[in-house]
Amino acid sequence: MTNQVNAENSIPALKAESTVTFEPLSPSQLVWRRFRKHRMALVGTIGIIVLVIFIVIGSIIVPESAANNSDLHNRLQAPMATHIFGTDSTGRDVFNRIIYGGQISLMIGLLAVVLEVSIGTVIGGMAAFYGGWVDAILMRFTEAMLSIPSLFLLIVLAKFLGHDIPTITILGRTFSGSVGIVIIVIGLTSWMYLARIVRSNMLSLREMDYISAARSLGASNGRIFFTHLVPNTLGIIVVSATLGLASAILTEAYVSFLGLGVQPPTATWGNMMEQAQSFMTQGAWWMWVFPSSFIVMVILSVNLMGDGLRDAFDPHSSRHA
Amino acid sequence: MWTYVSRRLIQALFILFIITAVCFLLTHFSADPMSQYANRQGMTAADRAAIAHSLGLDQPLPIQYFKWLGLALHGNLGDSFFSRQPVLLLISQRLPLTLELMGTAEVFIILISLILGTVSAVKQYSALDNVITSFSFIGYSMPIFFIAFGLMQIFAVQFKAWGLPYLPTGADIWDTADIIELARHMVLPVTCLVIIQVAGYSRFLRSSLLEVLGLDYIRTARAKGLSERVTLYKHALRNAILPFITIVGLDIPFLLGGALVTESIFAWPGMGRLFWEYAQRGDFPVVNGVLLLTSSAVVFFTIIVDVLYTFVDPRIRLS
Repeated sequence: MTNQVNAENSIPALKAESTVTFEPLSPSQLVWRRFRKHRMALVGTIGIIVLVIFIVIGSIIVPESAANNSDLHNRLQAPMATHIFGTDSTGRDVFNRIIYGGQISLMIGLLAVVLEVSIGTVIGGMAAFYGGWVDAILMRFTEAMLSIPSLFLLIVLAKFLGHDIPTITILGRTFSGSVGIVIIVIGLTSWMYLARIVRSNMLSLREMDYISAARSLGASNGRIFFTHLVPNTLGIIVVSATLGLASAILTEAYVSFLGLGVQPPTATWGNMMEQAQSFMTQGAWWMWVFPSSFIVMVILSVNLMGDGLRDAFDPHSSRHA
Repeated sequence: MWTYVSRRLIQALFILFIITAVCFLLTHFSADPMSQYANRQGMTAADRAAIAHSLGLDQPLPIQYFKWLGLALHGNLGDSFFSRQPVLLLISQRLPLTLELMGTAEVFIILISLILGTVSAVKQYSALDNVITSFSFIGYSMPIFFIAFGLMQIFAVQFKAWGLPYLPTGADIWDTADIIELARHMVLPVTCLVIIQVAGYSRFLRSSLLEVLGLDYIRTARAKGLSERVTLYKHALRNAILPFITIVGLDIPFLLGGALVTESIFAWPGMGRLFWEYAQRGDFPVVNGVLLLTSSAVVFFTIIVDVLYTFVDPRIRLS
């Protein structure tokens, strides 16, 4: 502790001595600088902001009932003035369903990534930190999960968790319990790459001199882990989480498309696609064109942002993408 | 070398043990196969118990698992609960169809990504490169059903409406005798798979080629007067292609599992559909059989790729 106090005192002393005033940039400022220069990453960020604003404003203006109520007299209407994206097979407005579907899809993506990052960091971190047989067992387990084709694993897990699903009520809205299951299923099947990256990064950090210095100063395992290893791995975690968000949204779409995901009337972009499939040959193109365009826009934006973040956090990485 | 391989093989067996145990546990609790018989006319509780007994479902889970594992080690994956056909027979009916679809797609995927990746690296930041890069970024961000529906809308629905020769959207083809009919059915699913995969692979090749092109030995090659062709193909591409071969090699065993979403959109009766159909009914022997087959392929292929890599790149030493 005394060392830290000394170090802090020595900085103003140094500054007073030097003639040139030089404001060092903090690591986060450096990251922001590099990120700003990445044009496509800014495009991606703006894309995400626009989509989120669209969904938020949309759900304020349009009541949820307008998205879920069917109107059998107006089934399969092509886009027109009153239904600008047309209506689906039970007469629900596609535009309204995209707004509410977007809410659910983004929420599933975000929460699944939180779960993914927590599991991945804990497993990767423990493997790197303890080494030895803990490392061996955790990494074999990670490898085992990676060797199962991911959709197969998703299906098995979704069936395992999804026997009897209660409905959940949050903030006065009722969600099908399948929303929670989809989040857990995606989180549990996507942490493996993150765990590996976290492990290899922490393994290289562990050998660094400043860690030995901290250890020789008597820092506890927990302190080294949380004040040195985790913050220095954060950049990598943020980048993987961003790219993970894109794949979580994509996975939600696939799972719901297979009919294992969120159950109607709750809309998600994925289950809208599933319903569209049966009316494809009848020429109801608006049922799939609009939701899937939104999926592509969101994933493209998130991927672009993730790419920019990767370059910003790791200036050594090549800027070829 | 041999110690390395044998150590990896022991690890592989351990990994497969984890996989089968986890899958067995998950599938066991995922659905009750007996629920199929729940409301049948004239079936008593005693009948159901007899069926459960004959299927071995009344035994404790660990015993069921080790019995299954023991049989699997002897090359017997058991019988399907419902069709009573051997699991290996079911798999052997579907596997050729999956290999036809995925193999054809893979050939196109590798060829096209090699071409696109090389072109966009050599002409870095040109208009062509920008177009390829943007398209691959979009393709990379696309769910496969977007491409599938788009192609179906144009080549099946619209072409039919316009009276043009149209492509089938999918039909169960078991009879592979008619090559032309098979090819017609394969056009759309193969195109979808190619678009999705090429996007990722070509970007990967582009960046690894660009990395190599920036190295000193390439400058040396140019400085000693070698033509651009020789520099590119004989010097740069040879090294840039190594990581490309690795990722393609590691992806190949996953082809065995088929492409579930593509197969279900185009009604292609491959391994993905087999898994999906039987998983929905809670037919564990088939589900576990497919899982064991695909994941063993993945596990052993990884070792093979690692070993082969030492021959392709002599700088790598296994330890």
